[in-house]
Amino acid sequence: MLLSQFDFSVFKPSLTFLWTGFLFSGNLTLIAMTGGIVFGTLLAMGRLSSLGPLAAIASAYVNLMRSIPLVMVILWFFLVIPLLTGKPIGAERSAIITFTAFEAAYYSEIMRAGIQSVSRGQAMAGYALGMTYWQNMGLVVLPQAFRNMLPILLTQTIILFQDTSLVYAIGAKDLLKAAEIAGKNYNRPMEMYIFVAVIYFVLCLALSTMVKRLQKKIAVVH
Amino acid sequence: MAMIEIRDVSKWYGGFQVLTGCSSKVEKGEVVVVCGPSGSGKSTLIKCVNGLEPFQKGEILVNGTPVGDPGTNLPKLRSRVGMVFQHFELFPHMTVIGNLTVGQIKVLGRKKEEALEKGHALLERVGLTDFAQKHPGLLSGGQQQRVAIARALAMDPICMLFDEPTSALDPEMIGEVLAVMQDLAREGMTMIVVTHEMGFARNVANRVIFMDHGQIVEDATKEEFFGTPRSERAQLFLSKILSH
Repeated sequence: MLLSQFDFSVFKPSLTFLWTGFLFSGNLTLIAMTGGIVFGTLLAMGRLSSLGPLAAIASAYVNLMRSIPLVMVILWFFLVIPLLTGKPIGAERSAIITFTAFEAAYYSEIMRAGIQSVSRGQAMAGYALGMTYWQNMGLVVLPQAFRNMLPILLTQTIILFQDTSLVYAIGAKDLLKAAEIAGKNYNRPMEMYIFVAVIYFVLCLALSTMVKRLQKKIAVVH
Repeated sequence: MAMIEIRDVSKWYGGFQVLTGCSSKVEKGEVVVVCGPSGSGKSTLIKCVNGLEPFQKGEILVNGTPVGDPGTNLPKLRSRVGMVFQHFELFPHMTVIGNLTVGQIKVLGRKKEEALEKGHALLERVGLTDFAQKHPGLLSGGQQQRVAIARALAMDPICMLFDEPTSALDPEMIGEVLAVMQDLAREGMTMIVVTHEMGFARNVANRVIFMDHGQIVEDATKEEFFGTPRSERAQLFLSKILSH
């Protein structure tokens, strides 16, 4: 009965609009993933470093980020930065910076486990060849750590993609926000919310199936 | 000047002393075998020589360069000291030839073609020409260790350190690795070899160092060592090892 009242004809005219929202969600995911992995790897190296203060700072950062709800970090950053700098930075840019900084903490824990999964003997072999710390990391340890952790890194990215919908809180136009606006335009919010839910579901399911296959493939090679 | 000079080296892990006043000298072209019961500090001592393990007291000079000195460029020193590990430690994400060229290109700054040429020549030398494009995981232990020796040689080392190179190998593969090492010794490479292979020591070594409880108990020529070891502990060790 409820379904019969639904009007799904509103999807077609709103597709282009939803597409721009989806592009932002996708871009935000890719940028935050890339930046988060780079920054997160540096954080992991810091945490594992023998330099006490560096390890303490990295560890404090990771623990802080992991102890605060993401939506609060998004809001706080969006509201506080203009107070500090005197200029608003816009919801989209604010979202990109916040997600990169926040996700780095999670990626760093994955990369830390990855670095620790590479045996000490491997690092020793790199040093014995005359490599510096950075060469040893870049050529020997990190490629192996990254490979070992690839399925988990991708799974984290799927979670990140779902979490991007939280930028809704600061009004950045992502897929969810676009659906909300389109829903209001056509006065069909329920249909729109169902539609984006299906998009999120299909995409995330497809991605996690890929990760599972990848996991099997890596397990065979090892 | 000795190629490697170890002067009164002591090392602690926290409050536990692993090396106590170790001193020895290895001349250019000499082959020195280090043996002793497990936990006697042999591997630790050899890792101190290229600074993979720090030590708190004493001094080690490699070709005149002080290893423990904070001002020493350790990566540069290590690039000239070859090291072979018990568990091979080939880089599993690179091909065999990749393992042989990465140090040459990234550390020594050689051109890719030059590094490849050198790598292939060394693979031929250890009898593994056909394995260049394979990943190390597909090779047997003996083959992996020969690649590891070739990887160290690719850097044109002035001396070589072997840390129990045959202990992780199946018995039938030990011979092929020892043969490569024997050739190397004959060509005049300066070598320190931590091993329990007393046959190798008899055939190839100039001197034998016997360690126990972090101390160098005996440091003698091969003839002296296998003839009449002076210490009781070395005698006991030898009788255990040679009896089977």
